[in-house]
Amino acid sequence: MSQKTQPMSVDELEQMAAAIRCDIIEMICTAGAGHPGGSLSATDIVTALYFRLMRIDPANPRWPERDRFILSKGHACPVWYAALAERGFFDKSHLGTLRRMGSILQGHPDMNKVPGIDMTAGSLGHGLSVGIGMALAGRLLKSDYHVWVVIGDGESQEGSVWEAAMSGAKWKLDNLTAILDRNNLQNDAFVDELMPIEPLDDKWRAFGWNVVKIDGHDMSAIVTALEGAKAHKGAPTIVIAQTVKGKGVSYMENVCDWHGKAPCREEADKALDEIRRCSCEP
Amino acid sequence: MSHNNYNFIRPDIIADLSAEDFFTRAEGEPTRASYARTMLEIGEQNAKVVVLDADVSTSIGTNKFADKFPDRSFNFGVAEQNMFAAAAGMATTGLIPFATTYAVFASLRALDMVRNSIHYPRLNVKIAASHSGITPGPDGVTHQGQEDLSIMRAIANSTVIAPADADTTALAVVAAIAYDGPVYLSFTRDPVPKIFTPDYPFEIGKAVTVRDGSDATIFAIRDLTAHALVAAERLAGRGVDVRVIDCHTLKPLDVKSVLQAAEETGAIVTAENNIFFGGLGSAVAEVLVENHPVPMKRIGVRDTFAESGPYLDLLDKYGLSARHIVTAVEEVLERKKS
Repeated sequence: MSQKTQPMSVDELEQMAAAIRCDIIEMICTAGAGHPGGSLSATDIVTALYFRLMRIDPANPRWPERDRFILSKGHACPVWYAALAERGFFDKSHLGTLRRMGSILQGHPDMNKVPGIDMTAGSLGHGLSVGIGMALAGRLLKSDYHVWVVIGDGESQEGSVWEAAMSGAKWKLDNLTAILDRNNLQNDAFVDELMPIEPLDDKWRAFGWNVVKIDGHDMSAIVTALEGAKAHKGAPTIVIAQTVKGKGVSYMENVCDWHGKAPCREEADKALDEIRRCSCEP
Repeated sequence: MSHNNYNFIRPDIIADLSAEDFFTRAEGEPTRASYARTMLEIGEQNAKVVVLDADVSTSIGTNKFADKFPDRSFNFGVAEQNMFAAAAGMATTGLIPFATTYAVFASLRALDMVRNSIHYPRLNVKIAASHSGITPGPDGVTHQGQEDLSIMRAIANSTVIAPADADTTALAVVAAIAYDGPVYLSFTRDPVPKIFTPDYPFEIGKAVTVRDGSDATIFAIRDLTAHALVAAERLAGRGVDVRVIDCHTLKPLDVKSVLQAAEETGAIVTAENNIFFGGLGSAVAEVLVENHPVPMKRIGVRDTFAESGPYLDLLDKYGLSARHIVTAVEEVLERKKS
């Protein structure tokens, strides 16, 4: 098993999550466009995966035996780019080029441009199906890699998510874990006002999945849940992570407008200040 | 009647091409059946090939692959979107998935997955689409993939192949596997005549001149290649010497072959069992208009949906049969004279 760095402790993961949140704010502010809300809500989950759970080798991003990660809610790619850069897949200087012409960091992730991006994403309702394909392939190829897919709650309104759910249970894909970033907001409004998706745990259970519910910002709970998901046999697991959209930046938290808007310099500085202060607290 | 201007046509059918009842007499097979049979052989040779189905494997024939290679066969049920995105995921690991369904579902129902998760990342997924054009005659409009060639041609990174008969279908499948990247393969539901010999030189992007001629050229694709040959034979009886080109690869189009035909024969007809927006006729017209305009006429499904009916009767009603091709050639020849 190649990991190339020691898996981080919960304390270290929290520090890393703060650094990644700062990267996200800085990237989107510099780009003048992007999706901060859903990047910040998924930050703790993505951090736990890249710095504790996943079997990866930044020097060999297409290593066949690596764990796969898919950010099906591809618009939140600033968190993916930041995690990959912090993990050493590419130089951090690229982060300042987000959404620029000629940049490897497209507005939605392109697997052929960025080392470590396992699947192109952007159109919602694809990623879990792609993960099903990767998991089936892993079984056929007798490789024990694990497939991790982060999906959104707004995204869960796509019918194809439920096609994928059915197939994951049919093939008992315990080498796949879905993580639902349940941040309650989508582009236009609150998810449960716009098109209710609850009861999520009952739905996924009825579709044949092992369901775990956690606080998606409790690093210790995230690590425990993901380790449990990987160990669970006989069915795929979905970790329903209750999160806060815009987590860590007071004026962004639970505000729909920050789904797809960039902070100006002044707002960004305030956000960075809040994140840094918070991460220094005992 | 001279036979020495034919290339790669089965010698035993050449005499029949001029017969009125050629299509009812000819030995035929749906190209979907040839695809399914070919996959059985390929399954033996290439362990990376997997077949994905969406509840029409018994119709297309890939259920036989499932019987023979159960580990490498995945039936997703009536869920084409999931199937195509899963195919993309499999392709990232080096497997070569053949995602198999009807053309309407591959090119329309699941198009977002086909565009964003297969063609944009240029993943090595083969899309095997049966029931293309109005070849599922009796099934009616919802199952007639009369736009698939146009739609798939419009997707960047696409390669679009529509073989004319059973043997060239087998060659197309083998060529698709040798090619690294997405390939859309378009097959017929209804039987089409077996017209070609096994020495047919199939190469992606290389149109094949199957009948030499100097007065005009017919570019045909998929099931209309046989109709173009019949039309050419009828025209020969009237003293008109027509070249017929089997343009099995719609994209990339064999531009050289189009320009050569324009220069050497000065009049062109295209023939496709496909909506006549954006398909073969459009592709050939784009090349001619920009480079070498000559009189041209397109045979294709007009701005209409068809209906249920016997395949050959539908072709006749919707203006796609040999007699329509004959008329189109006569028209371009008139314009060429003036």
